Amino acid sequence: MLKRTPLFEAHQKLGGKLIEFGGWEMPVQYTSIMDEHQAVRTAAGLFDISHMGEVVVSGPQAETFLNQTLTNDVRELAAGRGQYTLMCNERGGVIDDLYIFRLMRTEFLLIINASRINQDVEWMTQRVASGPYASDVKVTNASDRFGAVAVQGPRVKEFINGCIVGYSAGPTEVDQASDLQKNELGLFNFNRMVIYVARTGYTGEDGFEVFAPLQIVAIWNKLLEVGRPFGLKPCGLGARDTLRTEMCYPLYGQELDEHATPIEAGLGFFVALDKGDFVGRTVLAEQKEKGVSKKCVAFKMTDKSAPPRPHYGIWSTGADAKHIGGVVSGTQSPSLGIGIGMGYVPPQFAKPGTAIDIEIRGKRAPAVVVQKPIYRKPTRG
Amino acid sequence: MTNIPSDLKYAKSHEWVRVNGHTGVVGITDHAQHELTDVVFVELPAVGRQVKAGEACAVVESVKTASDIYSPVSGQIVEVNKAAVDNPALVNTEPYGGGWFYKIQLSNLAELNNLLSPESYKAQIGQ
Repeated sequence: MLKRTPLFEAHQKLGGKLIEFGGWEMPVQYTSIMDEHQAVRTAAGLFDISHMGEVVVSGPQAETFLNQTLTNDVRELAAGRGQYTLMCNERGGVIDDLYIFRLMRTEFLLIINASRINQDVEWMTQRVASGPYASDVKVTNASDRFGAVAVQGPRVKEFINGCIVGYSAGPTEVDQASDLQKNELGLFNFNRMVIYVARTGYTGEDGFEVFAPLQIVAIWNKLLEVGRPFGLKPCGLGARDTLRTEMCYPLYGQELDEHATPIEAGLGFFVALDKGDFVGRTVLAEQKEKGVSKKCVAFKMTDKSAPPRPHYGIWSTGADAKHIGGVVSGTQSPSLGIGIGMGYVPPQFAKPGTAIDIEIRGKRAPAVVVQKPIYRKPTRG
Repeated sequence: MTNIPSDLKYAKSHEWVRVNGHTGVVGITDHAQHELTDVVFVELPAVGRQVKAGEACAVVESVKTASDIYSPVSGQIVEVNKAAVDNPALVNTEPYGGGWFYKIQLSNLAELNNLLSPESYKAQIGQ
């Protein structure tokens, strides 16, 4: 039986087409992926992300525990700030990628992937039990208590205060939600209930993510009401996927799994090798020094072709062309009008500008390795 | 409400065929294009290819997925719609007109009896 978010009826009412994702019944689109994608790039889009997991890690040793469990350096986080980070196993393989916010000195909120909630919670709980932290760290899986929405796009800042009314008294103190800076989180009131609002997202656009224990349906409806005049549209997982692929943000299960490391995935920026020991550090430090055997690259199709898809083969070009890797994410880019994707190849093929072929139904179509992100916002002159 | 023209025959897999003598024109239904949304690529069979009824012979790709198109009838491909290849959105905007896929020389007219009437197709898609 698939799980349903508190917004399930709202999706049905809006005509959302529902699919299975990570054990959840979620809308893939309401009107079309193209329309919803463009709404987010040019105006605003509203996503149900209630399937995501929320874990609270607290206690006097919470910071130490997390810094030994995650790749990025949580000591850099002042209260109210968040960062992207990864959780690795001893082999450096990725258990999950996540966002972590410091709520207070000894309390952190982790936003984790829906499909990885059980693995993450079990991994952290076991590490607490077997490590030196004893009763000084508490891991609480709050996933079932939270609903969540993401409201994303260049016009969101114009209407967010119409839904999230008033100030945040902490951990980031601001007079209004639109005063939050990127990666900052505040506690706001909505219908006299406390909700978390963070200036984060997964689309490459400005925007906010709202995490709320009870009021998520009311927040969804209010956002639709105040955002519609600004072009806000409800958006499904289809647009979420094309938006994040254009930005080369990884998706667990595609770019990331327990057999790929953050270094191989091109996420070395989020691995703080200098912070002291943490799970996976030995392997990651060695890879950073000696190099990797595969690298996650971004590519664009160079000719008109069918869009690349996950599991398609990647080939080198020329007379001695051989199979060099596989596509992990691929789609038609709604912003660019061409096929784009990411895939793993040996490092000698990872340089931007390298010609590669993508095998589509037995035929090879030309593509080129490009710098990440694939899509860059046109600069306004 | 989806459009189901009364002069066509339909396959369960959402293709239509318009028969004129021994020649058929094949495309996908309004319901199918609506389900696919945003067609971004169309791959058509080679002219001259012999196909069997039920054989996958074309591919239509939306942003999200690639879907096989099954020939509703057997025969030889005699013409393909280059306009749909150049402008795949025609499949969405004119599924029964400018968005047709290919013309086929029917090898077995009796097969048409295996296809669905407009009423049966309508019932199948729950309209």
